[in-house]
Amino acid sequence: MTAVPRRRMVPAYLATGGRTRPGTAGFDRLTVLFADRAEPPRELEPEHHRLWELLRPGALTVVEAAAHLRLPVSATVFLAADLVEAGCLRARAPIPRAQQTDRSIVERLLVGLRALR
Amino acid sequence: MDSVRSGSPADRPSRVGYLPDRDQTLMKLLVAGPFGVGKTTLIRTLSEIATLHTEEAMTETGRPVDDLAGLPEKATTTVAVDFGRLTLPGNLVLYMFGTPGQRRFFPLWQDIARGALGALVLADTRRLADSFEIMDMVEEQGLPYAVAVNCFPDAPGHSVEVLRAHLDLHPATPLLLCDARERGASLDALIALAEHVLDGLPAEAAPAPAASVPPAPAPAASAAEERP
Ligand SMILES: Nc1nc2c(ncn2[C@@H]2O[C@H](COP(=O)(O)OP(=O)(O)OP(=O)(O)O)[C@@H](O)[C@H]2O)c(=O)[nH]1
Ligand SMILES: [Mg+2]
Repeated sequence: MTAVPRRRMVPAYLATGGRTRPGTAGFDRLTVLFADRAEPPRELEPEHHRLWELLRPGALTVVEAAAHLRLPVSATVFLAADLVEAGCLRARAPIPRAQQTDRSIVERLLVGLRALR
Repeated sequence: MDSVRSGSPADRPSRVGYLPDRDQTLMKLLVAGPFGVGKTTLIRTLSEIATLHTEEAMTETGRPVDDLAGLPEKATTTVAVDFGRLTLPGNLVLYMFGTPGQRRFFPLWQDIARGALGALVLADTRRLADSFEIMDMVEEQGLPYAVAVNCFPDAPGHSVEVLRAHLDLHPATPLLLCDARERGASLDALIALAEHVLDGLPAEAAPAPAASVPPAPAPAASAAEERP
C-alpha cells in the first residue's frame, strides 16, 4: 500500500483507445524499425527504453518488436512513434522502392518461392 | 521451439532474429482456418525464426480495443496471432500470419489483412464446413486465396473434385492437398497461392525497370490441381 499518487493508472503507451496520435498514421505491422545511436531521453517511459534496447543490435518489424516485448502492436506503434519523434529511432516502409508495382512484387515472390523448392 | 516467452529479450539479444540492414522488400500472406487445422504448423514448417505471437486485445463485440474511445472498462479478450518469417532469394522477406477463423474476430482479421497479398485457407476433410466462415471473410475482404486441405491420418480421402464441390470453389481458386508438417508441400501451397494472386493482377503496360525480374522458370512440379 502506498499513499503516493500515481501519475496515471494506465501508462500512456497502453492508453491508445480511440485517440489519434500524430505520427502513427504511417505505421504498419511490417514497418521496419532501426535504432539510431542517440539514446532515448530519460523522461520517456521504461517501455520506450526497452524498445530502443531491443533494436540496438539490429532492425525488426513492428510486429516482431511487439512479440519480443510482449506488447500489443498498437502500443508498440505508439512507442516507436515517440522514439522517432525524439530522434532515436528510424522507421521505413515495408516496401522500400516506390516504383514497385503489385505485379512485380508478386512475380518476385513467386521466383523466390520456386527457388526454395 | 515455441514462441520466446520468458525473460527479457533485451537481456539476450542473441535469441532475436534481426533483419539484415538492407533494402529488403517485406510482404505478407495470411494463413487462415478453423481451430486446430494446422495454421501454426505450416508457419513453423516454413519460418526461419522461432514462431512469434502477439496478443491482440478484442472486446466481446469483436471490435479492436483501439476503436473504443473512453470505454476502458469494456470487457476484452485477447487472441494470440502467431507469425513467422521466411527470407527469399531476391532480397524479399515473407511474413506469414496465422489468423483466427471466427467471424467475431473479423475486425482484427481485417486489420491484419490490410496490405496482405493473399491468404492460404486451410481445411480438414473431417470438417470442411468449419472453413466456410473464413472463406466468406476472405472473399468479403477481396483477398485472393488458395485452399490447402491438410491430410490427417484418419480423415476421409476425398478426390479433389469432390472437395471442390463441397467447398463450392470458384473454378480459378487453387485447391491442394497438403501436409503442413512438410516443407515441400507447404511451399507448394504458397507457390499455388502466389500464382493465383499473379493471375488476378492486371498486366503491366511497361515493365518497371528497377523491379523487373527475369522470366519465371517453369513451375516446379506441384500438387496443385490443373487450372483453366
Ligand atoms: N497429419 C497431419 N497433422 C497435422 C497437419 N497439420 C497440423 N497437424 C497437427 O494438427 C495439430 C494442430 O495443428 P496446429 O498447427 O496447432 O493448428 P492451428 O490451426 O494452429 O490451431 P489453433 O491455433 O489452435 O487454431 C498438431 O498436432 C499438428 O501436428 C497435417 O497437415 N497433417
Ligand atoms: Mg495455432
